[in-house]
Amino acid sequence: MSVARSTFAKRAVAVPVALAAAGLLLTACGSKAGDTATGATGESCVDTSGDTIKVGSLNSLSGTMAISEVTVRDSIALAVEEINASGGVLGKQIQIVAEDGASEPTVFAEKAEKLISSDCVAAVFGGWTSSSRKAMLPVFEDNDALLYYPVQYEGLESSPNIFYTGATTNQQIVPALDYLKEKGVKSLYLVGSDYVFPQTANRIIRAYAEANGIEIKGEDYTPLGSTDFSTIVNKIRTADADAVFNTLNGDSNVAFFREYANVGLKAADMPVVSVSIAEEEVVGIGAQNIEGQLTAWNYYQTVDSPENKSFVDAYKAKYGANKPTSDPMEAAYTSVYLWKNTVEKANSFAVADIQEAADGVTFDSPEGTVTIDGDNHHIAKTARIGEIRGDGLIYTVWDSGSPIEPDPYLKSYDWASSLSGS
Amino acid sequence: MDVVVGQLFTGLSIGSILLLAALGLSLTFGQMGVINMAHGEFIMAGSYTAYVVQQVISAAGVSLLISLLVGFLVGGAMGVLLEVTLIRRMYHRPLDTLLVTFGVGLLLQQAARDIFGAPAVNVVAPQWLSGGVEVLGAVVPKTRLFILVLAAVCVVALIVAMKYTPMGRRIRAVVQNRDLAETVGISSRRTDITTFFLGSGLAGLAGVALTLIGSTSPTIGQSYLIDAFLVVVIGGLGRIEGAVIAAVALGLLNSFIEYSTTASIAKVIVFVIIVVFLQIRPQGLFAVKTRSLV
Repeated sequence: MSVARSTFAKRAVAVPVALAAAGLLLTACGSKAGDTATGATGESCVDTSGDTIKVGSLNSLSGTMAISEVTVRDSIALAVEEINASGGVLGKQIQIVAEDGASEPTVFAEKAEKLISSDCVAAVFGGWTSSSRKAMLPVFEDNDALLYYPVQYEGLESSPNIFYTGATTNQQIVPALDYLKEKGVKSLYLVGSDYVFPQTANRIIRAYAEANGIEIKGEDYTPLGSTDFSTIVNKIRTADADAVFNTLNGDSNVAFFREYANVGLKAADMPVVSVSIAEEEVVGIGAQNIEGQLTAWNYYQTVDSPENKSFVDAYKAKYGANKPTSDPMEAAYTSVYLWKNTVEKANSFAVADIQEAADGVTFDSPEGTVTIDGDNHHIAKTARIGEIRGDGLIYTVWDSGSPIEPDPYLKSYDWASSLSGS
Repeated sequence: MDVVVGQLFTGLSIGSILLLAALGLSLTFGQMGVINMAHGEFIMAGSYTAYVVQQVISAAGVSLLISLLVGFLVGGAMGVLLEVTLIRRMYHRPLDTLLVTFGVGLLLQQAARDIFGAPAVNVVAPQWLSGGVEVLGAVVPKTRLFILVLAAVCVVALIVAMKYTPMGRRIRAVVQNRDLAETVGISSRRTDITTFFLGSGLAGLAGVALTLIGSTSPTIGQSYLIDAFLVVVIGGLGRIEGAVIAAVALGLLNSFIEYSTTASIAKVIVFVIIVVFLQIRPQGLFAVKTRSLV
């Protein structure tokens, strides 16, 4: 008996380690799904003869991203419900086909293919991570179908088959930098999770800083999901920059801000500007740990407009009074209305007609009036810097006044000329 | 100077957190040889216990102390349940145990998601643990000091329990030679359950403590599980002293390498060092001398 047990104990040593390695490998293979797209370029199978029209809603309802994407699915459903109640699109009721992207780029690509080819939806709304979008992009291009992508991202992309209704970098990161510069910030410390968005964002920030005489005192990345920030916070403390630019994602923010507050760093002395913390994340971090810190988005629940009031009221009535509304949710809600308005302008559900009609289509969204740019398929949005208060909500302390034209490749910024190469 | 002090403390702090997460594992894995992949979920259960207790008792200080006790009991109870229903049926099938407990871990994660929702919940740290203490120019957060002290108390208590109590003697006897222990009248069944209760309870306790520094979400256990296994393996199976030294060494290595490089590079370098170390000393820092044949 004892023999069996001790040999096993020795062999067992390798198993957890091997499992960890297998996990890493699995994630590494995640984003090749586009290869499997069949490239069917035949006629679209969208059925426009009946009195309903089908659209797809593709969000992660399971896995690590479910935390964020479920709220996007809910916002899409809310918009569809409102549109149906007021007569539908071109007289047709919208019917949602919902699919689960399962937080896996490969699954996103497969489900996109299914929605387009076998459900024959007129458009798909969803996606969150850049890897999910990159995996779906070839599927939508090969099938000549439409994706509405509702999340702020790192820019440097533009596809005729995708409408980007979240912010690109010149509508979020650049205004945040302008704001800091205006406040007299002379040095920055950059902290981010180790993947594509923070790395690209920080390249842009470095180029901006160089052109504007801002010193970058340090740049640190932690693996996604990292929970120990004592060393990084120590580094930040000794570096003594004027502000910290935070591109951390997910749960890491909780550990980061707790550590930050506990070593006595305060928003008043060294504010942290975050681009991935919205109202829901504040709840998990604890408002008392993050009070006074800044965020950069295009929308907050506190935006004061009749459109936003009706959005927030409708959302809370449908999903619960304690549910906050956030930027990606608003962008998803807006994307459905933009699709509706474009279809009505084109008087057609056909992809080519929608692409043709898209330029200049507007919607009075909760964040303000947004307009589609027909060339790059992004939308003009108002940038807002917000301050997190003790009640867990974010209040606008600065906004760009009018919508900023989207410039995903930062072509209109001289200092960014070195970036567009890649 | 303040940098060295700061990183020294950071290293000790990371070490104490690793140790707290690994201590329970040093019993269930180290002593009993059970690979329990649901150990991380016991940590998670402890964290959510702290959250639930805080909903009932809103005074953060009192609720933390009560949570430590309740978290220990909740973790322990889950461990006993798992041992009695599944693990005891598989003591001779290590790979089955691994897969089954991995499955149980996934079930528990999803259960937490269904009960508490996918977004992280917030456990408020008591007022007397907010802020930091200044030591030689470096600021040491009080929450981390608390965890350091808690880990030390747990280690001392565990060593005392293993060395000087009848229960500890029984556990060691069963680990060293199960058959002989049974012939002198020790119930190895009951001892297994006790060991599992202690080990899982310590995981629950660790979970409560971790709410002070990190987030409370369904996947919190996952982020500590692999590190906890590494600590036990490096320390040498079945040796609590080994786990202590391994945890502190890993913590210090991590903090100093990370300070001079970056977090991602530091992780890689530490892993390389571990791999090389295990090549040279596969049995870990300390090896238990048993009377078994291998």
